[in-house]
Amino acid sequence: MPAQKKVVIYTLPTCPYCQRAKSFFSANGIEYEEKDVSENLENREEMIRISGALSVPVIVIDGKDVVVGWNEGLVREKLEVE
Amino acid sequence: MKDLIILGAGPAGLTASIYAARKMLDFLVLTKDIGGQAMWSVRVENYLGYTPLSGLELVEKFEEHVKEFNIEIKYSPAQKVVSLPEKRTFKVLTENGVEFETKSVIVATGKSPRYLNVPGEKELIGRGVAFCASCDAPLFKGMDVAVIGGGNAALDAVMQLTDIARHVYVVSIEDWTGDPVTIKKLEAKENLTALKYYETLEILGTNFVEGIRVKNRKTGEEKVLSVRGVFVEIGSIPNSYVVEGVCELNQAGEIIINCYTETSYPGIFAAGDVSSIPDKQIIIAAGEGAKAALRAYEYLIRRPD
Repeated sequence: MPAQKKVVIYTLPTCPYCQRAKSFFSANGIEYEEKDVSENLENREEMIRISGALSVPVIVIDGKDVVVGWNEGLVREKLEVE
Repeated sequence: MKDLIILGAGPAGLTASIYAARKMLDFLVLTKDIGGQAMWSVRVENYLGYTPLSGLELVEKFEEHVKEFNIEIKYSPAQKVVSLPEKRTFKVLTENGVEFETKSVIVATGKSPRYLNVPGEKELIGRGVAFCASCDAPLFKGMDVAVIGGGNAALDAVMQLTDIARHVYVVSIEDWTGDPVTIKKLEAKENLTALKYYETLEILGTNFVEGIRVKNRKTGEEKVLSVRGVFVEIGSIPNSYVVEGVCELNQAGEIIINCYTETSYPGIFAAGDVSSIPDKQIIIAAGEGAKAALRAYEYLIRRPD
């Protein structure tokens, strides 16, 4: 089995799609690092710099694939989850 | 060739899928997400069987239920339904360019936020233009923002944003129409400027929102507001474009159905908020989804092969 890709998710506690994304990762045994952008402004600026977006969730896979918004189909494809 | 394709996986589409599975139809669900607009509800207090819970929690329960049935869900939203009358079938074209053929269709594509349709709006979605204050508001902590609209949804957004943002401009083409109780609360807020009878002409900015240009509808005076966020809260429109030109729509753009969820085109059924059913409620959408699946089943067993 190939090493799991590194997943970072930028979230807001108020965002239901962020919860959906995290549930998806948990259900599929995918480890992830969560960065809350509501209080931590450094996280917010980092997210804006990486994604060019002011919208959550932002999911970064292996530091290169950036998915803005919750797109289950696309994330499944990128993480090779059936 | 499928018996049935269900478009959308909100309360209507998911309920239809459970009924279709129980009828052992050969079907699939095409959608962009699970839950649809129900995801946006901060609190659902009127879904039978559940004490108050968030839209997200209810959607997760729906999903758990659907998983019991091994239902084929493809994250490939439909773009167009084309009828093939000589074969009495339909071709469903998806946004990813994949095509499916089916004997019947249930359209349960719901509604989407209404756009202002002004320059800069589409280009800056997710870069300062937002449609869900309850989701995105905390991103705008300490920034100046504008809310477009004066109804309940807009004023709820304003209420949340006044606690987070530095200053909130509320731009509405007429006087506020939200509930008096909300209006009274907002009148006490100091970091709020109401621009009533103003229309929004343009959203400015290159990589991110930098401002909006508005015009007073009475005096014609124009001004630019410097803001980093624009929340568009001007209602929603039905996602009926998938069957436009095939099924009859009403003036609101909803797919006209009868009390059996039948559209004007035999073999196409519609359920939930995309249909002409007057009340847009999660439990009603779910019930309509059930009706649509049962009616599609009736249609299929009577349909000459």
